Amino acid sequence: MSEISDQTGRTIPTGPTSSTTKSATQLNDELLSSLRTPTWKWYGLALFLGAVVAWGLAAFSYQMYTDMSVTGLDRPVMWGVYIVNFVFWIGLSHSGTMVSAILRLCQANWRRPILRAAETMTVFTVAVGGLFPLIHLGRNWVFFYLIPYPNQRGLWPNFRSALLWDATAIFTYIIGSSLFLYLGMLPDLAVARDRASGWRLKLYTVLAMGWRGTAREWVVFQKASTLMAALIIPVAVSVHSIVAWDFAVTVIPGWHSTIFPPYFVIGAIHSGVAAVITLMIIIRKAFHLEEYLTPLHFDNMGKLQLVIALLWSYAYFVEVQTTWYAHEPIEWEVYGFMAHKYTFILLLMLVGNAILPIICLCFKRLRRSIPVMLVITLLINVGMFIERFLIIVPSLSHKNMPFVWGTYRPTWVEISVTAGAFAGFALMYTLFAKTFPMVATTDVREYETQKRLVPVGRTRLPSLAGKE
Amino acid sequence: MEKMTSPYRWGMVVDLDRCTGCGACVVACQAENNVGICGKREIAEGRDMHWLRIERFWVGEYPNVRVRFLPVLCQHCHDAPCEPVCPVYASYHNPEGLNGQVYNRCVGTRYCGNNCPYAVRVFNFYSHEWPKPLDNQLSPDITVRPRGVMEKCTFCIQRIRRAREDAEGEGRKIRDGEVQPACAQTCPTEALVFGNLADPRSRAARLSRSPRGFRLLEHLGTHPSITYLKGGGREHV
Repeated sequence: MSEISDQTGRTIPTGPTSSTTKSATQLNDELLSSLRTPTWKWYGLALFLGAVVAWGLAAFSYQMYTDMSVTGLDRPVMWGVYIVNFVFWIGLSHSGTMVSAILRLCQANWRRPILRAAETMTVFTVAVGGLFPLIHLGRNWVFFYLIPYPNQRGLWPNFRSALLWDATAIFTYIIGSSLFLYLGMLPDLAVARDRASGWRLKLYTVLAMGWRGTAREWVVFQKASTLMAALIIPVAVSVHSIVAWDFAVTVIPGWHSTIFPPYFVIGAIHSGVAAVITLMIIIRKAFHLEEYLTPLHFDNMGKLQLVIALLWSYAYFVEVQTTWYAHEPIEWEVYGFMAHKYTFILLLMLVGNAILPIICLCFKRLRRSIPVMLVITLLINVGMFIERFLIIVPSLSHKNMPFVWGTYRPTWVEISVTAGAFAGFALMYTLFAKTFPMVATTDVREYETQKRLVPVGRTRLPSLAGKE
Repeated sequence: MEKMTSPYRWGMVVDLDRCTGCGACVVACQAENNVGICGKREIAEGRDMHWLRIERFWVGEYPNVRVRFLPVLCQHCHDAPCEPVCPVYASYHNPEGLNGQVYNRCVGTRYCGNNCPYAVRVFNFYSHEWPKPLDNQLSPDITVRPRGVMEKCTFCIQRIRRAREDAEGEGRKIRDGEVQPACAQTCPTEALVFGNLADPRSRAARLSRSPRGFRLLEHLGTHPSITYLKGGGREHV
């Protein structure tokens, strides 16, 4: 494996043939290999995921057909695993687009092979997350009351409600991140179109919108993608702040906290970055992209994860510390109840979210070890799911009136719907990976042509041509 | 836009010294308001539908144990936490100071139920049934709530409406004591007194000015319409 220097002067490993740069066709072949005819393994996976989704849908239909008593909700815990899921999925959606946008603006070249995977993750997780507020409604069939549409009765939704802010923010985010994904994919779709036949040719022809790769098209494309990247970041931050406001603007002890919006944003990035790393590992394995997703990428992502883990731990510490110092009786009761009743998962959360990642990610060897990264990132997401549960449920269980304190235990219906959501996300992702270019081909190719060996005197030195 | 005003501001006084915890108010409320009938299972699950509950507290160590009762119903807050959070305006404030609930508009986000510090909002987790001939006791003045919606104490708004129509027909205001919710009407010890707080001479308004008066969770700034008169009497002397 040969090495070349990047702009900062560090040596980075590249593909095995970088001394004799790969031809465009070779690159296209390798990077678009995911679009080849599916194997029986792929069909098996899709079938399995489809079955879990069907089971989740059946559980939801059962809940809709009978009533909400099939969930574990009661008075006072009127929000449960569905809302935990909602916050979790919206949190996951956070990083994909944001990581990709920030790295694009910073011109970090190592982003190139992973950006498509990250952006796709955002679109699908926000789609899954957006379903949960509807799943959890007592009367799902009148969900359209929440939409501001002109009607004969002159009724309008209540924009003072945080739930409406949520709906608005999520809708904006889903449109923005889909556009961001689609825009970035446009040249790749054109490449795929030029190599495709049959139904794929038709699909890519429509989607590529007549992209020819002229100089003017590239200029517009560059401007548009930079602009989209800059615009999507504030949207992403606002979305999770608004999700936090669902809790922070209430008068519930344990929810009513000013640190929630930034804390939720950090938590969202924490779980999102972890999910991006997990997906990178899976994609690398599934599509044999070992040459393009090198330990260097995991090293860089690991550093990012370490910073976020430190930030998250700080925010969590501040939240608990202020409550502990003030010792406001009702609020402290909530914390006491949480620590007593949910001791095990509380510890699991602290280990998974803070202790383990902070210790492990300090070491370069561990950051570059793919199995270690897989375990750490999966544990972070387990921890983040628990974190949302511990925010929502204990606060509701022990509210202001001790006479109506209660507990909550999710039922098989809620667990099935949750499993269905995870499988649904995986299924959408699997289908997408087989239908669309999963690695940003043109972005990678652009980088490959930028770094080439230039003759200097009698020797050839690696150089990285920047943009003019 | 014309500001909606009303000569009425309905409120209640609960004298804790008079409450014996008999529970007649709970039964009366259930009978008046088409409240769903719950069995042992629903109550064990914390899904009972009572709009009004008697909280019972034991005070002191055995053998000197005393029991205290606290009837808790919707406090009809003037700054109600449940109102702004409803995304569809199912929970709203009317000009008479009542905290209303539009059952047909409710989609069941249960946000109001979470945000109510008094936990007096109940959710129809089950589809309740009134097997024959129990359906004959349903009041035609009130919607029978379907499953999946929130419901709560309305201060028997149907009675207030009827009294107001009668009074308007005669060209006068509602007299003090002319209208009572079912709980206050049934209370054998007159622990619950309902009336127009906008009229300083009404019985409820006079009692609410008692030095024994306090409001539930007053520190949250919800400005409830219900004043409790501190109980305990001689024990505290």
